[in-house]
Amino acid sequence: MTYFRKKIYATAGFNTVSLGTGRKEFHPKKPRPGIEHYIKEAGLGSINQIQNPENIDEGVIGNFMAARFCNQGNLGGFFPMVHPTFQYKPCIRVEGACDSGGLALATAIKTILADMADVVMCIGVEVQNSVKAIYGADYLAGADWFSGNRKKGHVYFFPDLFSRRAGACYEKFGNEKVREGMAHWYVNAIENARKNPDAQEYHNKNSDLLATGMTSPNPKAFCEHINVFDCSKVSDGGSALIFASEEGLKKIGVELKDAVEVISYAQVQDNLTTPPPDLTKLSTCAVAAKRAYDRAEIKSSDLSVLDVHDCFTIAGLLAVEAAGVAGYGEGADFITDGNTKSDGIIPTNTTGGLVGYGHPTGASGVRQAIDVVKQLLGKAGDCQVKISPDKPFGMMSSMGGNDKTVVAMIFRKE
Amino acid sequence: MTLDERLQNVTIIGAAGKMGSGIAVLVAQEMSKLKLKPENKDKIYRLNLVDITEKALDGLRSYMKVQLVKAAEKSTVLLRQIYVDRKDLIENGEIINAFVDDTYALLNFTTDYNIAKDSHLVFEAIFENEEIKIKVLKQLKEICLPDALFLTNTSSIPISYLDEQAGLGGRIVGYHFYNPPVIQKLVEIIYADNTTEELKEIGLEFGKRLRKKLVPAADISGFIGNGHFSRDGLYAMNKVEELKDEYGYHGALYIMNKVSQDFLVRPMGIFQLIDYVGLDVFQSLLRVMRTHLKLEHLNSDQLNRFMDKKITGGQNPNGSQKDGFIKYEKNRPAGVYNIEEGKYRMFDEDWRAEIDKKLNPTNEKFAPWRALLMDGKKMEKLETHFNNLKGMDTYGSTLALDFLKTTKEIGENLVKNGVANSEKEVNEVLMNGFFWLYGPIHNFI
Repeated sequence: MTYFRKKIYATAGFNTVSLGTGRKEFHPKKPRPGIEHYIKEAGLGSINQIQNPENIDEGVIGNFMAARFCNQGNLGGFFPMVHPTFQYKPCIRVEGACDSGGLALATAIKTILADMADVVMCIGVEVQNSVKAIYGADYLAGADWFSGNRKKGHVYFFPDLFSRRAGACYEKFGNEKVREGMAHWYVNAIENARKNPDAQEYHNKNSDLLATGMTSPNPKAFCEHINVFDCSKVSDGGSALIFASEEGLKKIGVELKDAVEVISYAQVQDNLTTPPPDLTKLSTCAVAAKRAYDRAEIKSSDLSVLDVHDCFTIAGLLAVEAAGVAGYGEGADFITDGNTKSDGIIPTNTTGGLVGYGHPTGASGVRQAIDVVKQLLGKAGDCQVKISPDKPFGMMSSMGGNDKTVVAMIFRKE
Repeated sequence: MTLDERLQNVTIIGAAGKMGSGIAVLVAQEMSKLKLKPENKDKIYRLNLVDITEKALDGLRSYMKVQLVKAAEKSTVLLRQIYVDRKDLIENGEIINAFVDDTYALLNFTTDYNIAKDSHLVFEAIFENEEIKIKVLKQLKEICLPDALFLTNTSSIPISYLDEQAGLGGRIVGYHFYNPPVIQKLVEIIYADNTTEELKEIGLEFGKRLRKKLVPAADISGFIGNGHFSRDGLYAMNKVEELKDEYGYHGALYIMNKVSQDFLVRPMGIFQLIDYVGLDVFQSLLRVMRTHLKLEHLNSDQLNRFMDKKITGGQNPNGSQKDGFIKYEKNRPAGVYNIEEGKYRMFDEDWRAEIDKKLNPTNEKFAPWRALLMDGKKMEKLETHFNNLKGMDTYGSTLALDFLKTTKEIGENLVKNGVANSEKEVNEVLMNGFFWLYGPIHNFI
């Protein structure tokens, strides 16, 4: 592969529990850990898997809205908390709404490619349970063009944007088919989350997931075309992943067999002030996926595992189309037929995704990369899927806003 | 005069009480939504909240703020539409705060009944004591406009009797909310013999706007809800008298409370429910029914002995449960009172395990009320549960089936005696007002 000027590896991923409704230990009125806790827990979880943490050169922290959810800025200042040797090392916080984690990955890689560092720790983090969802909806609306769109938007701003996408898909491809595809996405998300002890839906005991997924929308209380089960969770959590050059891996004492190579990524930005060109497509995600494939010189059919940004079930459905594993308009049937299940053609969101694991917004992109890396390393525990030797590739695609900011990244296990 | 017109000036008497404060939250929101319509922007709206002490009104002020915020948070979809032209209000939080402020601005808090003089609609929600209710209604008749309409929240006093005693000429209707009014869907609506057609219509329309389930009950003391609850509670108390020799008062109370909660799958045991309502309220309910129905057996010495000891149940001003038949720690049952010993016997003593074993020797696990609440197959599961009870032949199952049978008979008698139009209405009241999973008139036995 020739896309990068030198080899980049990812290793030592760690996800905290995604805390929020659904977890037994979660109680909305009891005190909970703050954002600094998650940065530290995730960072230490990663450090514990390497030999020489003092050789980590830099930190990148991906976070979306700590300034509003936690009244906290200057997040780089929490990096030295993770390990004493991080004191006075560079750290930068990056933000791109729900793709903040994806941007953190890209930033870490660019730093290494620029020869400014050999090892970069990438941490994604978000704490959102500090306010009720009705107020959090306003904070999250900052992922769209706030001054242009918030006033005319819905109470639940983002759910409504994706509800409109669902509505457009119902109209174009048939209500029943799409609705069923979304419900099956939900079922797969929860079934996978039940295998992942860190997932917010790990404790879900519902015996009829499909019926729950098919719950009729209630526009008076929520959105016109989606129900609350179509939504990802309100979550607190953190994820940390280390990127290193070949030399960097040696410095931190990680063997090549415990690392996965990053062979390409694409970071794509759409104009926040313009409406999506087609509600039935994630056009920006599609551009990102295509560029990532082209740069890696692989096709979607070469993937053994995929992790997409299912902030809503309809987003999951459109994301598998954008990733090219299902054709346009065919996502619903593709999912309903079981192709995205762990034993399907392309195991997707194998640890629960945003619907099942949870969606600590700024952490999600990092979490997605970690879970793909773990799958390729064969370290995904009960969530492990088959990685065939002729298809040693995995891709994550993380999205910010309404298909505005996207990072798609492809990994290969040598 | 239309309901919209009447809602321009409303008074709630007893507004700081448990029921009055909840009614105040509901009425305030409806008035505020009217005021916020563009065509009403120049009209004056006032909701007068009257109670007897300034201290009570201070409590009401805090309660209103908290509840109005909660209510606004739940109706933000609608509020965003209402405030669509307010360019300065963008976020949900800003819209919620604006609605709370706009609603709060309509409220007058006072101890002076004379404020009701301009009201077209008056809610009466004072303590369930007929002498005081009549006195207050008489006073209001003098103070209020001659066409003012009265909605009384009495839970047991016949409306025709109040009408006649206060001389309201049919301008009164029974409008019985359930506790807490903000949450409970049920309102029993009771017409006096002379209730005017206009008031009947106003009552029905207002109920619809509040999205309450209105169930008509005949004007017979206790109506449907308390007609059932009073007899259900008395059955349990009488049963305690039967069982006390063998298990002590505390053991007998514990048995009946547990059987009603666990074996009958109710949200709380019968004695916990009486504690929640208040022993004083329950006693007063029995007194009213005894007097109006001329049924001497609607009385309980046991209850009177608790009241003599000033053990009243009910809630503290902060909402926590006061001790009654049961002792509460962190709002959870922790012991039961033995009236003879004059003390609470705590659950962590040995007696409890022995009784549990006697009630349920095979330690059968019953699905609790909460687990079945949202279960789509709850009726099938309840049927299986009661069939299991029938097959068990244990001490607990026998007590439970007797209780179930009695409860059913009480419900059937309410229909037979004309209190309820049909079995369906009895079931609706118990399921919506008391959160039962099933109505008392069922086919389980």
